[in-house]
Amino acid sequence: MCGIVGLLIKKPAQRKELGRLLLPMFTCMADRGPDSAGLAVYGTPVAQGLRRFNLFVPDRQFNWKKLADRFRDQTGATVELTAVENHAVFVSDVAPGAMRAWLAECDPTPHLLSVGRSIDIYKDEGHPTEIAKRYGFAELSGSHSIAHTRMATESAVSPAHAHPFTAGEDFCLVHNGSLSNPYQLRRMLERRGMRFETDNDTEAACRFIEWRLAQGEPLNAALHTAFAELDGFYTLLIATGDSMTLVRDAFACKPAVVAETDEYVAIASEFRSLAHLPGVKSANIFEPLPEEIYSWQA
Amino acid sequence: MASLTRSREKQQQVVRLDQEKLSVREINEYLHHRVRDGARVEIANPDGQHNLAVGLDADIDVDILGHAGYYIAGMNKRARVTIHGSVGWSVGENIMSGSVRVKGNASECAAASGHGGLVVVEGDASSRCGISMKGVDIVVGGSVGHVSAFMAQAGTLVVCGDAGPALGDSLYEAVIYVRGKVHSLGADAREEALGKTDHAKLTDLLGKAGIDLNPKDFKRIASARKLYHWNSDHQDDY
Repeated sequence: MCGIVGLLIKKPAQRKELGRLLLPMFTCMADRGPDSAGLAVYGTPVAQGLRRFNLFVPDRQFNWKKLADRFRDQTGATVELTAVENHAVFVSDVAPGAMRAWLAECDPTPHLLSVGRSIDIYKDEGHPTEIAKRYGFAELSGSHSIAHTRMATESAVSPAHAHPFTAGEDFCLVHNGSLSNPYQLRRMLERRGMRFETDNDTEAACRFIEWRLAQGEPLNAALHTAFAELDGFYTLLIATGDSMTLVRDAFACKPAVVAETDEYVAIASEFRSLAHLPGVKSANIFEPLPEEIYSWQA
Repeated sequence: MASLTRSREKQQQVVRLDQEKLSVREINEYLHHRVRDGARVEIANPDGQHNLAVGLDADIDVDILGHAGYYIAGMNKRARVTIHGSVGWSVGENIMSGSVRVKGNASECAAASGHGGLVVVEGDASSRCGISMKGVDIVVGGSVGHVSAFMAQAGTLVVCGDAGPALGDSLYEAVIYVRGKVHSLGADAREEALGKTDHAKLTDLLGKAGIDLNPKDFKRIASARKLYHWNSDHQDDY
């Protein structure tokens, strides 16, 4: 069992409320996933030529300023640092490949959580309430956010195994369920040169979609290919810089409920996670159908 | 219980339990041990909580005033439970008698394994509605999702809208009536002609559900009884 939540704020003026509205949705789903958690939030994109690099280290007293200074000295790239304990955002003009190469030489090597112009990702081991408090989820603003509370059933509990998983830039997904053919997918993708960071089944789904997108399929087509190739149970919530997409497996084995008003689209594993939202009693509330693709533009 | 408020309504005493102030356990404890037959209880602010009004065994009326979560009114005996909103998974699971009415929609596995009584979903029910039902009667005002009435053993499922894929798969002696389109029938389920007893049954159940439709517009789905015993000619159907 895991919990997933997603919130897309339709009116730009209300996007500063994103974290305040999302926090109770997220902590409510801690009951479904108390061992680790993660969240992706999409804010205003940085200027062309810049990217947001989200970094994670296990050490909560890590000296990020020292690392940023060394990054500037060694790469000659610009960097603007924002850090909270073991999480940092480098806004930089460095190319993603050059960033990865530089990080690989660092000791300890920070984990690159996400790359993109608008995405930030926070994830760690521990109770979702503690993680939300540490990273200040209540104060987050942005157009949309997806989040996950994990109860691990098939691979280790670690920060890297927590969701969301990313693919390319400004793309991530969270998953409730379990796949029965992740190793088959993984072997097929590794033969095609795809690299994996963990042995997690969700990462196999994420890399599969990444591969289809890299083949030039739009997201909807990639998801139809995934319906044919992913074996197992899944409710997947997928975010890009300007969209949020929800799909469920053919048997709809894992739950999801959607509440939509003129002001927001809110998604959760269970309705109780949405019960506090303003206007939810008169929202259009529905259960997504199996193998239907539900997308909303941010 | 400090947060109980009492009011007079239609000459009947109504007790209101507020889920914002009481735990689900306190609410259920009240319904199990502190009500007399004939009582009327309202549960305010259900806010999607699970397990409300589970395991009741009293001749009482319970009104849940909003959307509720999983397993609402499970294992119900004698009580009449009405949910004034939608519910999550497995409403009225294993109901023994009495009735459960959902004014909105129900998620998966509505009335699963129900032995008796009546479950009415005024809106849509989702997949696996009536799975393994064992005598309960179910009336769905809207449509049902895939694999509804899977391995249904006894009782009646009435669907006023459409039915999703694999309706009545591996059906035993339960009977299904569908007014709208059937996406597909499951293994061993077949359409049969409506007889007099079907009309009487439909008239009775639609009447109890408060739905004004003509029984003639329904089709009857029942078991072809070919999967009751192992038969190598049908081995792909098991």
